[in-house]
Amino acid sequence: MAHEHVSNTKRIWLVFAILSVVTIVEVAFGIFKPAILHDTLFLQMNLLNWLFITLTIYKAYYIVWAFMHLEGEKSNLRWSIVAPLVFLIIYLVFILLVEGNYIFDVFKSSQIKWNF
Amino acid sequence: MGATVTTANSEGKTWGGGNEPMGINYGKMMMWFFIVSDALTFSGFLAAYGFSRYKFIETWPLADEVFNHFPFMHGVNAPMYYVALMTFILIFSSVTMVLAVDAGHQMKKQKVAIYMFLTIIGGGIFLGSQAWEWKNFIKGEYGAIETKGGSILQFVNAKGERVKLEDFAATLHEDREQLTRNKGVWFSGESSLPRYSVNEVVEGFKAHPDLLVRTEIIYHPTQANLKDTRLHPELNKSTHKHKTILTREESLKRLADAHYVVEGANLIRNEYGQKLFANFFFFITGFHGFHVFTGVLINVLIFLNVVLGTYEKRRSYEMVEKVGLYWHFVDLVWVFVFTFFYLV
Repeated sequence: MAHEHVSNTKRIWLVFAILSVVTIVEVAFGIFKPAILHDTLFLQMNLLNWLFITLTIYKAYYIVWAFMHLEGEKSNLRWSIVAPLVFLIIYLVFILLVEGNYIFDVFKSSQIKWNF
Repeated sequence: MGATVTTANSEGKTWGGGNEPMGINYGKMMMWFFIVSDALTFSGFLAAYGFSRYKFIETWPLADEVFNHFPFMHGVNAPMYYVALMTFILIFSSVTMVLAVDAGHQMKKQKVAIYMFLTIIGGGIFLGSQAWEWKNFIKGEYGAIETKGGSILQFVNAKGERVKLEDFAATLHEDREQLTRNKGVWFSGESSLPRYSVNEVVEGFKAHPDLLVRTEIIYHPTQANLKDTRLHPELNKSTHKHKTILTREESLKRLADAHYVVEGANLIRNEYGQKLFANFFFFITGFHGFHVFTGVLINVLIFLNVVLGTYEKRRSYEMVEKVGLYWHFVDLVWVFVFTFFYLV
């Protein structure tokens, strides 16, 4: 509890506003699904999904930095929390999605009919 | 709380205790490291979900068609709104939690208690909403047929709108016997019988000439698909992501393979399509719901301690901060679950 004890209610409400607006934007995109974003692929995933994931990480940043108050902690604590997560999650997701995609290709192009 | 006070003149006696290299005390640091490991557990689950989804990318159910209920609006197609509401409730309870922590820094007991109470209420509402969501998911709405090969066939009318089994199934006065553990091998049984037999659905389908079968495959306007005469020439034209609708002849041919009537969802099969979809839904939202539930329990304990004045006597509301970290983490996980189950 080395941080200053001033009230930062204002910042809390600001972050709440940001999180709400981002959620509303996500829901609006999820309902209308603009065709340009939905039909354009980038790295085998459509732009709309990339947008959703970016906005989610943006929201996660605010929750962790402002609500969990990581912004006020020492940088060695920040790094020991964020670095393992970022590295391991990217690694795991990369491996599993590539593998899943490969198995899909095997099912699709093989001679075995597995779902009929 | 002598143990939490960092002494300024700790140079020269690094191992003498009282040091806080990361600037926070032991309890808070351990809460952070618990959160790191729990975050990795959840990312393992979500990555496994992504793996299965990529593996069955062509047959994965469309979230908009599955989660389209809203309270008091029965029969209205309202995708997204309900989960968006749940997300708001959880984010707002996170806000009241962080306000409680903030009030704790200023040693305002009354305010901490009020905000903690609001947080508990928010958590309770979220849990109730999730229970309602599960109820709809388990009960299902339209019903479907599973073929011998394990794929799901759903039914649509001539306009491509979904049709419920009860709207067309014939009444044949035949009953299949329910499989219970004392009838077959000891480990196999079923919790309840579907309301209609396979024959009733098939006969009903034959009696209604405007009905068509919709497969679980997501339609893509490829050359091969456009030329395929087994696919319905008109109903697949929509540019919105949708499942493939068959012609009447092909529908009847597919229905000859009918094997099982599926209503709603359980851990074995679900009427929405790909079997793993329901398993991942139950497991990941269930595990998250369990976290919310324990979060509410811990919040209640801390709330009682606040009201009893425990932290006032301690001159430190740090326990509120620790439970706050956990509560925000639960909110953080929901943000990701929301994205990967409902948006993407």
